[in-house]
Amino acid sequence: MSVAEIRDQYDITAGSSNLRRRRRTEKAVSAVAILSALFAVMLLALVLGTVLFKGISQIDMDFFTKPAALFGEKGGIADALIGSALIVAMATILAVPIAILVAIYIAEYAGPKAASFFRVMLDVLNGVPAIIVGIFIYGMLVVGHGQSSVYGAMALAILMIPMVARATQEILELVPRHLREASLALGMPRWRTVYSIVLPTAIGGILTGVVIAVARVAGETAPLLFTSSITQNQISFDVHNALPTLPIRIFTLSESPSPDDQAAAWAAALVLIAFVLVMNIVAKTIAGRKRKSLEGG
Amino acid sequence: MSTVTPDPLAPAPIDRQGIRFGDVLFKGVALVAAIGVAAVLGSIAYKVFALAWPAIQEFGLSFIWTQGWNPNANVYGALVFIYGTVVTSVIALLLATPLSIAIALFLTEIAPGRVAAPIATMVELLAAIPSVVLGLWGILVFGPCVASHLEPFLNTWFGFLPIFSGDPSQAGVLPAALVLTIMIIPITSAICRELFSRVPRDLSDGSLALGSTRWEAIRRVAIPYAAPGISAAVLLGLGRAFGEAIAVTQVIGAGNTINQSLFPPGDTLGSRIASSYIGASSAIEAQSLLYLGAILLVISLVTNVSAQLIVNRFQKARRVSAG
Repeated sequence: MSVAEIRDQYDITAGSSNLRRRRRTEKAVSAVAILSALFAVMLLALVLGTVLFKGISQIDMDFFTKPAALFGEKGGIADALIGSALIVAMATILAVPIAILVAIYIAEYAGPKAASFFRVMLDVLNGVPAIIVGIFIYGMLVVGHGQSSVYGAMALAILMIPMVARATQEILELVPRHLREASLALGMPRWRTVYSIVLPTAIGGILTGVVIAVARVAGETAPLLFTSSITQNQISFDVHNALPTLPIRIFTLSESPSPDDQAAAWAAALVLIAFVLVMNIVAKTIAGRKRKSLEGG
Repeated sequence: MSTVTPDPLAPAPIDRQGIRFGDVLFKGVALVAAIGVAAVLGSIAYKVFALAWPAIQEFGLSFIWTQGWNPNANVYGALVFIYGTVVTSVIALLLATPLSIAIALFLTEIAPGRVAAPIATMVELLAAIPSVVLGLWGILVFGPCVASHLEPFLNTWFGFLPIFSGDPSQAGVLPAALVLTIMIIPITSAICRELFSRVPRDLSDGSLALGSTRWEAIRRVAIPYAAPGISAAVLLGLGRAFGEAIAVTQVIGAGNTINQSLFPPGDTLGSRIASSYIGASSAIEAQSLLYLGAILLVISLVTNVSAQLIVNRFQKARRVSAG
């Protein structure tokens, strides 16, 4: 006789049909919740599995070292990889310092009213659809100057700034007050306190935010559609012209009826998704280590 | 006062001017950055409207309720795309909200920590899949699967409903709505999870101690407590769904008409801009596409700002009740 059965003997409510009904509801709800979670995990497995299954057979050395195919021959993604790397790197260099400064202003200097104004503003900027940001840069710069990977990087930077700034600001506010007070009490000026005490303490969290933003922006297609999409499929490092990128390549290949193109699209998607997943794992690792060090200290 | 002997242990005189200058400079630079970002937001709104202005003047507000898009006949109207945007996003939300709440309940109330953590990570990773990859999957795998299995099934059993009537189609409103569902599940479920984990322990414990089952504690305590936050989560998901252009372009099929059925192709504001802007054949077509962009911007700003307002009020109320 199990413990549960013994308890039920003395449970005066056990026999009531009402309670039985309520327990049945509880079981049903739990089942629905478990199934929903399983469903989400299954979706992830399904998408990742399909990309892996359809993409892996295309991937070889040539795929990474050759530019896109012109006609007939089997091409690669070298040109798109270079373009994506350059554009994302430029976007990161543009966005991260600005984002960190904004976060410092909000967390260290602004009064409560100004802080909440800039916070809301960052969230609203984060909610502007990526394609609208593309149109904005198109209207500001591409009209008149022509497409350029620098403009693409600027569009991506606009998407990155609110992500990095919000992540940084939240982490800055977690830095214990007493660290700042100790530094100020020792006569350090405010800016030195921020620069040599607050930022180093928060660096793990800031890095996590940057890495996640890079991962997200690397997969963005819409802003590049207007700023860096009309390209020659050859290897080029010239950032003044439009460069091919991985997301745009996948987008154009996916709309092609040719099975070869579709196969190349899957392989390119596999490379992109592998990059995004690795970046997310890196972010998780940094975040985990940082939390441990904060808890330990 | 002037007779104080110099103290050998006194700190070196501090360069107050230097400190003041460094602080002012640093604060100034940070403030300029913050104002600059605010200015970017403002100029995005200004620029999109300025670019669309010729079309706004040409067609006026009636553009919004004009149906049809035919560059050859110089007919431009946004109704088809507004309809497509609203229908795909609302379907996505109707499916994603209950699922997200259920996932969040599983992660916070049912699963033990060892199980919850990896599953939460996997749901988060769903949000990390680039939309163009999801669109690729949608156009080549999911769309055909919907057309050959789901749509015939819906048509056989629910064909009496006009939304499930007609012939299945590989590209259409239904697969677009389902792809959007996949994209917003991680967003809404992450927020809901956070909300449920913040429900004060003593409230739910109190409910359990009074004899309610776990589900009753969730339904009567946790969900009402989290309700304003859940509605904000729903709005944020909606904002994301409105603005998604790439994946939708790939699966929706660029239709030019409003159909009762969800099976045939349609189009949304974002997806029409993404698919037609580069190939726009005349200035007025390009400006009309920008008019669509302006409408999209207004819709998503309104959605997002309302979500922010709800979140802010919710936080304020909680702070008051906590203090």
